[in-house]
Amino acid sequence: MAGLEIKSVSKTFGTVRTADSLSLSVEPGEIVAVFGPSGGGKTVLLRMIAGMFEPDEGDILIGGRSIVGAAPERRSIGMAFQNFALFPHMTARDNIASGLRKKRGADAAARVQTISRLLKIEHVLGHVPRELSNGQKQRTALARALVGNPEVLLLDDPLRNVDAKLRYEMRLELPNLLRRGEAAVLYVTQDYREAMAIADRIAVLTAGRFEQVASPEEIYARPASVAVARLFGDPSINLAEIVPFVEHGTVFATISGARVLLGAADALPGDRPYWLGVRPEDLGISLLGGGDAMPARVLAITPMHEKVVLLLRLEDGKEWLASLRPDALKLAAEDSVFVRFAQEAVQLFDRETGLRVSLSHRRQAA
Amino acid sequence: MEHESLAGRIFRGAALTLILVFFMFPIVWILLMSFQTNEQILRIPPRILFEPTLANYEALISGQLRTAAGNLEITFMRNLWNSFVLSSGAVVLALLLGVPAAYAFARFKFRLGETIAFTLLSFRFAPPLLVLLPLSLYYQELGLNDTYVGIVWVYQLIALPLILWIVRGYFEDISPDIEHAYRLAGHSWSEAFTRIAVPLAGPGIAAAGLLSFIFCWNNFIFALILASADKQPVTVGALAFVTASGIQYGQIAAAIVLSVTPTLLLALYAQRYLVEGLSLGAVKG
Repeated sequence: MAGLEIKSVSKTFGTVRTADSLSLSVEPGEIVAVFGPSGGGKTVLLRMIAGMFEPDEGDILIGGRSIVGAAPERRSIGMAFQNFALFPHMTARDNIASGLRKKRGADAAARVQTISRLLKIEHVLGHVPRELSNGQKQRTALARALVGNPEVLLLDDPLRNVDAKLRYEMRLELPNLLRRGEAAVLYVTQDYREAMAIADRIAVLTAGRFEQVASPEEIYARPASVAVARLFGDPSINLAEIVPFVEHGTVFATISGARVLLGAADALPGDRPYWLGVRPEDLGISLLGGGDAMPARVLAITPMHEKVVLLLRLEDGKEWLASLRPDALKLAAEDSVFVRFAQEAVQLFDRETGLRVSLSHRRQAA
Repeated sequence: MEHESLAGRIFRGAALTLILVFFMFPIVWILLMSFQTNEQILRIPPRILFEPTLANYEALISGQLRTAAGNLEITFMRNLWNSFVLSSGAVVLALLLGVPAAYAFARFKFRLGETIAFTLLSFRFAPPLLVLLPLSLYYQELGLNDTYVGIVWVYQLIALPLILWIVRGYFEDISPDIEHAYRLAGHSWSEAFTRIAVPLAGPGIAAAGLLSFIFCWNNFIFALILASADKQPVTVGALAFVTASGIQYGQIAAAIVLSVTPTLLLALYAQRYLVEGLSLGAVKG
């Protein structure tokens, strides 16, 4: 039985449809990241689940019963807010204990103790929020959300306001912490790395709709649309506008004057426009031309320790990014290079609908 | 500050002294007057040095005023008590009504919400005399004339808008997420209001209460029309010192000192809150 079920939920503010028939189900013990650009409707979705406003249409179920119209305190939800939302006039201990039905007694004290040990904030339990560092505030807010063992956990971009080092640590710690209580976890974030590090599945939310709901690997390797492909990856995917053509039973496309082999022809309609996408790390750079290599000029080189990012200009004037291992090639700006990529690295998207076109089967993905 | 020239320092000192003298002189003079007899006060030229007397305070506290025309009963202590009862009654009532109302105006958007809030504020703009005549007629009909309840009620015109608008600003400054968090933790709407919103708006509520207490205390015109000697506050009671045999300056001064002292002590005690409250929550924590 699903811990959290969202069924065709819609919400309109004025003329803006911030949630457009959203459906999603999260199992107990599962972490689903809701990822998307700001203004995509992530926070609105969380707030509808938390009961801060009600959906116009659709239903939300927790543990199988509908919670639409129920008061927030009757929903069995733990929530961590982006701005922490700690109670400034209470100590960290009282903040955490407020998440318990029974706030006093040995049992409550023991549970507060257990969760604060897990989150490493035992030593600051007597402090009020303004005496805590941002990291401790965020851990206190998480402890408060977790302590009552809610059926559903909502995390609204909890790592937004903490520094990079702590964010990295928390990315490692959070999955274990969140899975402890068998809660269905919805984790909102604007950082695709965070989504990929923490979640079992990622729901990509743009303009009030789920573009794709799938595992992190699936989303990275087979994005459902060109919009999703653009959101995942740093540096972001290279895209070229192509119109494939068939010669001798094989599909080719021309990119920047070079003829690129796409695969054996069958069902792919030849004269339709597509986006061709190649991830920067799938580009091969060499100093030797020939074959289907595209000549390019290096515009800039950004060393990033574990990799080097090249900004390239192709002959048709388009700029592409390539990501290389730092020891691969010694290059300088203005060098002339040749760009290659393997047939398997190519992703195709219909230029009109933006949807993924599967190359192996040459059918439009559902 | 350290780099200020000598001339600048002297000028600043002089300007400060001038301002201080301008504002403090009347108060100091009143204080000195309260320890002098009428004859000493009316001496020309006036003197700074004199033989102090407690006769004025004695007369006020005992309620016996000896004048050239004979002994006069004065009810100053009763007036002081009335001031206290009326002002605190008005503030308590205004807090009970105003704080929940301020919360509603801060948190919920409802039809005519802004209009109602502004109408309440506009009571502060209207000259009291405008409403007093019809009000006194109503009060006579309703039997509220010369009752504590009636005056506390009319004091709401002073206290309620003040509390409503100051406290509203404070409630608006509290992130709604904090209350949401408390509700999700399993608490009802009313618990979130009493345990989160009210404590967090505490300084604002204290400042608003204090300010309205001072405004009620200083009010003159409402009580002058609507209350008889029995229910009059000090502001009106001070008129009793204008007697047939002349104006009792010494007693007036002593009465002023006694009636200013409670509000002054209150204001000094809550100075910090007052400054915060007057900035209408502009200083965010």
